[in-house]
Amino acid sequence: MSAPRPYTLVAELTYACQLRCVYCSNPLAFARHKDALDAAGWRRVLREAEELGVVQVNFTGGEPLLRPDLESLVAEARRLDLYSNLITSGVPLTRDRLLRLRRLGLDNVQVSIQDARPDGCDRIAGEEVFEQKLRVARWAKELGFPLTLNTVLHRGNLDRVGEVIALAEELHADRLELANAQYLGWAFLNQPALLPTAAQLERARSIAAAARSRLEGRMEVVFVVPDYYVEFPPACMDGWGRRFVVVSPDGLLLPCLLAHTLPGLEFGNVRDSSVGELWASSPGMSAFRGEEWMPEPCRSCERRAVDFGGCRCQAFHLTGDAAATDPACSLSRDHALVEAARTGASRRSSELVDFTYRTSAVHAR
Amino acid sequence: MIAPEARPALAAKARLRFDQTSGGYLLLYPERGLALNPTAASILKLCDGERTVDGIVEQLQREYGERPAPQLRQDVVDFLDEMARRGLLQVSG
Repeated sequence: MSAPRPYTLVAELTYACQLRCVYCSNPLAFARHKDALDAAGWRRVLREAEELGVVQVNFTGGEPLLRPDLESLVAEARRLDLYSNLITSGVPLTRDRLLRLRRLGLDNVQVSIQDARPDGCDRIAGEEVFEQKLRVARWAKELGFPLTLNTVLHRGNLDRVGEVIALAEELHADRLELANAQYLGWAFLNQPALLPTAAQLERARSIAAAARSRLEGRMEVVFVVPDYYVEFPPACMDGWGRRFVVVSPDGLLLPCLLAHTLPGLEFGNVRDSSVGELWASSPGMSAFRGEEWMPEPCRSCERRAVDFGGCRCQAFHLTGDAAATDPACSLSRDHALVEAARTGASRRSSELVDFTYRTSAVHAR
Repeated sequence: MIAPEARPALAAKARLRFDQTSGGYLLLYPERGLALNPTAASILKLCDGERTVDGIVEQLQREYGERPAPQLRQDVVDFLDEMARRGLLQVSG
């Protein structure tokens, strides 16, 4: 099928980060993917993505602030009239640098807050960062930025979702993303310690729903359920190679953050080809685009144009086959794997389970 | 409902962008975008924090003279209410 128009570029500027979050969305073997694009390379990626139809860019990582050349990329995004969003842990950052980014035209700042309480936050991040995050959020508002707060939810903080909402109100956030961990990569490794119970999730969901109505027009409240607790999976990335184009720190052009960890797929590098060429015709980008690749029950399912078969990485994590129906779907023949994880979560006591922190020691599957 | 003397402006997080591909305007904000029809784009371009709702309706009447005034006013008010509900407008005055 012909390639649709992408709207958002996810620019993963580096996998380096001072935090060690136990649910990091980077690949387990992130240390193998060294930064390969200099500022000129990234500016070219921005230009080529814009020519392809992209109108938004998320500067992310790892920690994008660890790139000293971030400023020149923000300036280029502004020159191209791209809506730019900095997705950051807030570490390391000074008020002066944030002001500089504001003056260069950065549109939005998204700060991760791991928990409403310092001990909960720092336990997930593996570093003492809570107070710095609050400072960054306050600077962002003082400097006139719209502020997004993102909290990844899991069994250890779901019961405090009300406190997270109160903190976001106190910080005058414009948008609050209450995004449950999805069990891929580091979160998959830590799933027994992170997966909530159904009851926990339901309580948090109703608290978030009440806040969404109460704060309508002031703060946008988004609540994302873990795929392990849905009947039908959401459209992962709005479908493979449909709306989002991801470029990894080493220059691979991808449909999602973890596609390069799937075996047997060839993605191509923006150092060798243009964004447009790779988007339209790299073998990896074409692999799961459209419906031809789908197995049953997806192939004849009326939801296939709604969820596009769910998440390929989740299928691979759970079944070893990236082309399988997403086991999160209740119609998947592998759905028992997800049910078993839920049963495990309901039986586990609430006492602390040890985490595996993100580390550069490469994990082999 | 938004008052006739209110002075709406785009929220800090929202930005209008002309889109070469579609030939129309997009309203961009974090993680989202709205494709605007020509009337919606005309309304939002007039939301500069200085013009009142009445002023916006008058200006549009000059541009879209064939529409009956009460109907045009209602359309503008409904649209601005919806934008405010989504947190995409700041309303002062």
